[in-house]
Amino acid sequence: MSLFLLVALPFLGALLPGLMNSAGRQACAGVTFTVTLAAFIGLLTNLPAVWAGEVVTARALWLPELGLNFTLMLDGLGFFFAFLILGIGLLIIAYGRAYLSRDDNMGEFFTYLLLFQGAMVGIVMSDNILLLLVFWELTSLSSFLLIGYWKHLPEGRQGARMALTVTGMGGLAMIGGMLILGQIAGSYDLSVILQNRELIQESPLYLPALILILLGCFTKSAQFPFHFWLPHAMAAPTPVSAYLHSATMVKAGIFLMARLWPVLSGTPEWFMIVTTAGLITMVLGAVIALFKHDLKALLAFSTVSHLGLITMLLGTGTAFGVLAAMFHILNHAMFKAALFMSAGIVDHEAKTRDIRLLGGLRKLMPITFVIATLAALSMAGIPFLNGFLSKEMMLKEADYTVLYGTPWLVAGLATLGSLFSAAYCFRFISHTFLGEVRDDYPAKPHDPPSGMWLPPAILVSLVVIIGCAPFLAEPTIYKVTEAVLAGVKETPDYHFKLWHGLVPALFMSMIAVVGGFLLLMVFKPLLKTWENTPRPEAKVIFEALIEAIASLARTTTHGLHNGAFSRYGAVFSVAVIGASYYAWTTGTLSSPTRKMQTAEPVMWAGWLMLVAATGALVFFHRNRLLALVLIGIVGLMVSVGFVFFSAPDLAMTQLTVEVVTIILLLLALNFLPNRTPKESSVLLRTRDGIIAVAGGLAATAMAYHFLLRDAVATPISEFHLANSYKGGGGTNVVNVILVDFRGFDTFGEIIVLGIAALLIYALTETLLNSSVRAKLLNRKPDQPRAGDMHPTMMVVLTRVMMPVVLLVGFYIFLRGHNEPGGGFISGLVVSIAVVMQYMASGFNWTTSRLRYPYHGVIGAGVLIAGLTGIGSWFVAKPFLTSDFTYVRIPPFQEFELATAALFDLGVFLAVVGAVMLSLESFSRLAYRPGAEQSDHPMDIDPSRDDPPPLPPKAGRVSTEGA
Amino acid sequence: MELLVATAIGIMTAAGLYLVMRLRSFPVILGIALLTYAVNVFLFASGRLSVGAPPILRDGVEVYADPLPQALVLTAIVISFGMTAVVVMIALGAYLGSSDDSVNDAETDEDETEGAT
Repeated sequence: MSLFLLVALPFLGALLPGLMNSAGRQACAGVTFTVTLAAFIGLLTNLPAVWAGEVVTARALWLPELGLNFTLMLDGLGFFFAFLILGIGLLIIAYGRAYLSRDDNMGEFFTYLLLFQGAMVGIVMSDNILLLLVFWELTSLSSFLLIGYWKHLPEGRQGARMALTVTGMGGLAMIGGMLILGQIAGSYDLSVILQNRELIQESPLYLPALILILLGCFTKSAQFPFHFWLPHAMAAPTPVSAYLHSATMVKAGIFLMARLWPVLSGTPEWFMIVTTAGLITMVLGAVIALFKHDLKALLAFSTVSHLGLITMLLGTGTAFGVLAAMFHILNHAMFKAALFMSAGIVDHEAKTRDIRLLGGLRKLMPITFVIATLAALSMAGIPFLNGFLSKEMMLKEADYTVLYGTPWLVAGLATLGSLFSAAYCFRFISHTFLGEVRDDYPAKPHDPPSGMWLPPAILVSLVVIIGCAPFLAEPTIYKVTEAVLAGVKETPDYHFKLWHGLVPALFMSMIAVVGGFLLLMVFKPLLKTWENTPRPEAKVIFEALIEAIASLARTTTHGLHNGAFSRYGAVFSVAVIGASYYAWTTGTLSSPTRKMQTAEPVMWAGWLMLVAATGALVFFHRNRLLALVLIGIVGLMVSVGFVFFSAPDLAMTQLTVEVVTIILLLLALNFLPNRTPKESSVLLRTRDGIIAVAGGLAATAMAYHFLLRDAVATPISEFHLANSYKGGGGTNVVNVILVDFRGFDTFGEIIVLGIAALLIYALTETLLNSSVRAKLLNRKPDQPRAGDMHPTMMVVLTRVMMPVVLLVGFYIFLRGHNEPGGGFISGLVVSIAVVMQYMASGFNWTTSRLRYPYHGVIGAGVLIAGLTGIGSWFVAKPFLTSDFTYVRIPPFQEFELATAALFDLGVFLAVVGAVMLSLESFSRLAYRPGAEQSDHPMDIDPSRDDPPPLPPKAGRVSTEGA
Repeated sequence: MELLVATAIGIMTAAGLYLVMRLRSFPVILGIALLTYAVNVFLFASGRLSVGAPPILRDGVEVYADPLPQALVLTAIVISFGMTAVVVMIALGAYLGSSDDSVNDAETDEDETEGAT
């Protein structure tokens, strides 16, 4: 099967359990099992090639510029891990089906499981280390979901968070390490990196890369001092623990150390860091495990300890160490998965995992007893079980390893670790299963249905088979070891046998087993001593650390982000001004290349008006209507400036936009209070004033600076000027840029404008459907209203002007390509014509004469513009390529027909629709459907005098007056 | 002439910044409008200033104002109308909903005590 399909299968399959959820639990588990089985069989189809020593590859370009490609490879090592992931995955799925109760959402569980499985398979098959990082992070995320699967348990959530934090931080460090590694090797492909051992080890960046990558591996594989997250992840359902902590998640770090072993190992730094961390983890984990009362916690710490053992073996940097490590990975995956499943069975049936409440289960759960005992004895290193073989190899390797110049250190600590390991295995067996049958179990324990005991039974039978006939596993492990070594070291000449003679490792093994037995004899006093010794509690430290960081973040965020908009404005302005001041003072300033042009009196006059209006606006801004007049003057002066500085199109646009903006603000002021109260203190106003002046000075300085200098490179406008007529068929270069050169920008802009208008419409609808509507209907105007709603003169004038304005708009539109004008401006002009009707003749009058809804106008505009662009596809040109021709229809002069004009029509419609929809939405807020509205000009507003005076009744008047 | 344009940009920026930092929504909107003017003129000025040279091609004329900033500012003016309209709508909605046009949240006590769980 293609490697792509192999990696994709679990991810694609992850969609199914959720869909099958309603089809029943059996179907849900069945489909998950089928997907995994398909991937497993697909993997096996690659076995012949891998067995023959080939490396199966599959590549697809993804982001070649970044060196990130979807390249997969499958060699002995990858195959070995994928086999464990998928094989044990199958057993876990079968077990999980029986384990999960009816209250658990099985579809969700199996979705997460398949996601996780796919991410793991991705890690072990990635050829590109950046791709590997992607999968690496995916395992962190999916394991978070799995560990926190029981969302109702606080321990589950906390454990999941802790696992994500620790492995996520490690992953972050590893990204750095991988990037450095790729930079040294000149490629992110593992196949290239693995060839460059000397180059990488001689690089000065080797040590930083090594430390960063090891941080990632150690956090993932729970090595000291990052071991603490693993036991807390035990709050997950047992199938998850069995999967994550036997064959997959925690082995990812080990896998990566093995994968990069040819290029990273063999240096003193590698040896010191990895071996030390492994040794400490192994001993520490074993000691803590002995004193844990929770079965799963005991197994968790034993996992930590065994991972330390494997890490230490990889750290020694010898070929034999790798051989032993690979063998132990296989053995550990088997007995540990079986043990976790047994612990799950006990928990499931006895409703407790506390070892102090258990004991005597041997008679009640004979099948579980046999399975758990065999697996635990294998873990303790008892002959005829597979754990014995790899543990003896480990002891042999430890015997030859000299750390810190002390020959007995590694051997001694390894023996000590094995001794405690044997002790906790014996405790696991004797305190759970042996002893008297008790009568105070939380539930009546009995053997589970076969769905639960069969998967661990399969694993345990393999434990025994390999333990008795180790030569069966030998070829496989040799192939894997060869793949790890990648030719850097010779494959060792060693055979897996039960009896190697009276070698030192055998004596160390015997010391460990006997010592472990004796330790259990004195367990009670030992436990008392342990409980009385003060120890640092990892969870407490971790949570204090997180709390400290969180409170720092909270203080910073709440300090800056306290809901005060004006403060954000101040902070932002100060930050921008500070940054630009820094740039200004540290950068280089060139001398002016342009001469200042003389200002004519008319410019001075315009400038004075602008400055006076702006100053008055600040001064009088509390009077809102006056402020509106003043800002109108500012806008007008800006338009005049545009005229003066050779930008007629801009001036026309600014002028028309100004009109609609002022109308819009007037509509808003209809509802808003007319005055701004005086609230801010003198101090605050001074602060704002200083910031504002600083910002103004900065803007002045920057504008003045570049106005006196030419552009550093030739502006691309030269191209536009040269090609506007030849290529675009228009002499108004601004318009040609809008509808032709940068037509795609314009297309985007009209869409944005349309969205803004629709947003306003939607907000209005929301307001009108909320409690605000009642408020609006009962609103009392806060100022006297005009006597007649529709003044005659205005009505007559606007109706007369309407066709004239439309004609002007049409004219501006048509001439736009060659003279100032175009779709934007004529759109605004036509909008103003329509708005005038609303203002003069009223909402009802205008709406009843409206043929097309404004939404439709916007949509038509965008559609026309888009279809014009698409039209060029039919003549095999890129999107929005324009074309034009000159035609002559007899009585008229020759004129131009351009597709750009069609595009401009789209712009025109979109602008009209957007402007009108916005303004209409605002007016709808004031519209009262029930109120009397008259079409006639010069009508008197009946709602003006509120409440309307009652018509006096003739009879009563005289009596009341008397 | 350049100095006049530069100071005009500066004055509009200063006034805009000051108004943006006010406490009610209406002056803030006016401030944003002023900042829009300033930014548009600033962008327009990046084509450098020229008098009497509109970018309309004519026979025999060689010097034209830079058309590209003009085209970009033209769309910016129209888009800024859309933006202003949306901001005004939001301000209006907030005022109608709460009868308060303050832009800042009311001072609240530290009631957000998110636990670690």
